[in-house]
Amino acid sequence: MAVVSMKKALICGMKKDRRAVLDFLQRQGVLEISAGMEDDAIFQKKDALSDKTEQEREAALAQQALEVLNQYAPEEKGLLASFAGREILSVEQYDEMRGRDAETREVIQKILNLSKEMGELRGRLPKLEQQREELVPWSALDIPLDFEGTQNTRAFIGSFPEQLSPESLAQALAEQTEAPVEISLVSSSKIQSCYFLLCGVQDAPAVEEALKAMGLQKAPPSPVTPAQRSRELTEETERVQEEMRQREKELADLASWRKSIKFYQDDHRMQAEKLDVLGNLSQSRSVFLISGYVPEPRTDVLERELSQRFDVYTEFSEPAEDEDVPVLLHNNKFSEPVEGIVEGYSLPGKGEPDPTAVTAPFYYILFGLMLSDAAYGLILVGACAFAMKKCPHMEAGMRKTLRMFLYCGISTIFWGLMFGSFFGDAVNVIATTFFNRPDIRLAPLWFEPVSLPMKMLVFSFCLGIIHLFTGLAVKLVTLLKSGDVTDSIYDVIFWYMLVGGCIVFLLTMPMLTNMLELSFTLPAPVGIGSAIIAGIGLVGIILTSGRESRNWGKRLLKGIYGAYGVTSYLSDILSYSRLLALGLATSVISTVFNQLGSMLGNSIPGIILFVLVFLIGHTLNLAINAMGAYVHTNRLQYVEFFGKFYDGGGRKFQPFAVHTKYYNVKEDIQS
Amino acid sequence: MNIGVALALLGAVLAALFAGIGSAIGVGLAGEAAAGVVTEEPSSFSKVLLLQLLPGTQGIYGLLIGFVTLTQIGVMGGSSDISIIKGALYLAACLPMAFVGYKSAISQGKASVASIGLVAKRPDQFGKAMIFPAMVETYAILALLISILAIFGIGGMAV
Repeated sequence: MAVVSMKKALICGMKKDRRAVLDFLQRQGVLEISAGMEDDAIFQKKDALSDKTEQEREAALAQQALEVLNQYAPEEKGLLASFAGREILSVEQYDEMRGRDAETREVIQKILNLSKEMGELRGRLPKLEQQREELVPWSALDIPLDFEGTQNTRAFIGSFPEQLSPESLAQALAEQTEAPVEISLVSSSKIQSCYFLLCGVQDAPAVEEALKAMGLQKAPPSPVTPAQRSRELTEETERVQEEMRQREKELADLASWRKSIKFYQDDHRMQAEKLDVLGNLSQSRSVFLISGYVPEPRTDVLERELSQRFDVYTEFSEPAEDEDVPVLLHNNKFSEPVEGIVEGYSLPGKGEPDPTAVTAPFYYILFGLMLSDAAYGLILVGACAFAMKKCPHMEAGMRKTLRMFLYCGISTIFWGLMFGSFFGDAVNVIATTFFNRPDIRLAPLWFEPVSLPMKMLVFSFCLGIIHLFTGLAVKLVTLLKSGDVTDSIYDVIFWYMLVGGCIVFLLTMPMLTNMLELSFTLPAPVGIGSAIIAGIGLVGIILTSGRESRNWGKRLLKGIYGAYGVTSYLSDILSYSRLLALGLATSVISTVFNQLGSMLGNSIPGIILFVLVFLIGHTLNLAINAMGAYVHTNRLQYVEFFGKFYDGGGRKFQPFAVHTKYYNVKEDIQS
Repeated sequence: MNIGVALALLGAVLAALFAGIGSAIGVGLAGEAAAGVVTEEPSSFSKVLLLQLLPGTQGIYGLLIGFVTLTQIGVMGGSSDISIIKGALYLAACLPMAFVGYKSAISQGKASVASIGLVAKRPDQFGKAMIFPAMVETYAILALLISILAIFGIGGMAV
């Protein structure tokens, strides 16, 4: 129920067992490797960086191959795929799959080659298309485009980048040269005019000069007629497409290797991590040393298993005072799910207790109050339970989160029944609209916040005060445990007196109790008593909150500033009004949708409309309000609650383990 | 129908209108930032989506106030005969939600944008990133509270 204590481990073994020991440790995942000692004459670190890079490269290749496969043969994913987690392999299965390493490597290479060829082929298509398009204006010409003329003639085949009629061309040519030129128009459009021009061999240089000056562009040369060339290009395109189809099919066929490739990636990633550790090991000629942190409960098993398997010496010691010991939390089933929330804030720092156990019950209660609809709670519970049951290999973190929402859902059901909300007022609306029985409704076990908002507000404040005072109590316990009795009086008891006294004093004022619609007003003597207690607290805070200052003037000023902190208690308590606001938001929006749905009354279109509005509306409402409840529960925990006692700042325990994407290797050992 | 109902309706509409506009701006701002992050890091989609939706609640609160007012003045069915004074009171009661909802949604949108940036750089700090926009929302909740208490209070008054 707390922070797991850590032991410093030193494992010393024979170099021949080095890899096997690392394999074992990686599968166990209980040791966080810390940097070894400095190099000296005997023990040195051996660089494994290039090996590690090699392994990482292999993993990256596998990753690429998987991406290619996903492109050509998409993986079918179920609805729950994101919850499914990694498949678990036994050591035997693992070894068997490793045996196919070389084969898989070949397949990966093949996939990557195919993908590269596909890329090249795909790149050729637009080029072919372009060439074909260039030929379109020339399709009427029935001689090859590289025709240069006969023995006595010279031919010019080309285009002008404008619309040019044969007459104006003849005229323009006549201005430049007197040589006779045979002009025939092949095709003409707004942007270009294609011509076949013929002149005598003797006139060729002059005509060429003239045409050049007019901007003639030669047609793309080809030894066959344009129509023939176009056919060839079409055939070429078809051939390329056929080849692409073939490769696509080959790739799709290779999809059966997906599992092996995934494993290949995982395996090489594991190797890379192991090599990373290996590079940090201190090694002598025949001995290696591993040092790191192990959770205390695991030390015995680790030592026994290690010494049974290998010739190693294992030693455990208490970490030194100034060491940065990693933090691992351990809690019972009920509070464990909230560990993620605590981690989201910060893990406990040195000497701080784990706040998970006190946070958990409040978390469930506050979440339930904000969502507060029995049907939504049922949906939440059902969805979480279903996902957890369907995916037995789910990652631990995901399982924790789902279990947290499961418990939150149970709390939501509870508060929904207390406040009589089941899809808002759906029971009453359905009974009234479709069965003409306005008397049927889901009666609240306690009261309806919509009709008694003041009561709900007071309840929210009370819960807030309990929450805040619990936070202070945790601080008190922590201080007492570490023996700071005076600090506990100064920092906690005085605040209890001041805030508690003020609250009781306020309850003696009829103005306030009327406003809050309370049925009682505390008698005046209680008010005097509470005022005195608050006064003692106030004086105490003014005198002590600046106690680190020697100078009394400074100390009092700091004290007064400290007492000003009472305003933060006011705002903290007011902040719990969000319980009312979010609870009302859920129920009022449900009511809106129910009313909208029942607008057409009891008829066939009325029923259809109701079902539609009901489904869409409540899905939306559940999504938005569950999100709101999650965010604001976190806020109340982080800001109001943790603000009273918790600093955090711990570092997470990150053991040397199997950090893979698809497969997890489990080695069964008896503990 | 009389002027009282018109005034009250004006209040309801203002609450829905301004809070809705504010939320639309805020969610829009955050959405632009979120889309930018997802182009680089598609896996952070669910996180940035949550951050984007945070400034959307003001619109819901506006709807809530609008709807409660409409029910109270009988526009949603029943008699809608209220005095001018009562109508003006309803109008005033809706104003906190309208104004605070509008401005806080935009500010919250800006805080969300910053938090989305934070999550893009340090995905592990999601828990904290969520809190910054949520701090702004407190004031929308306080405005909602005053508006709703006032509306329920006016309902029982004999003016």
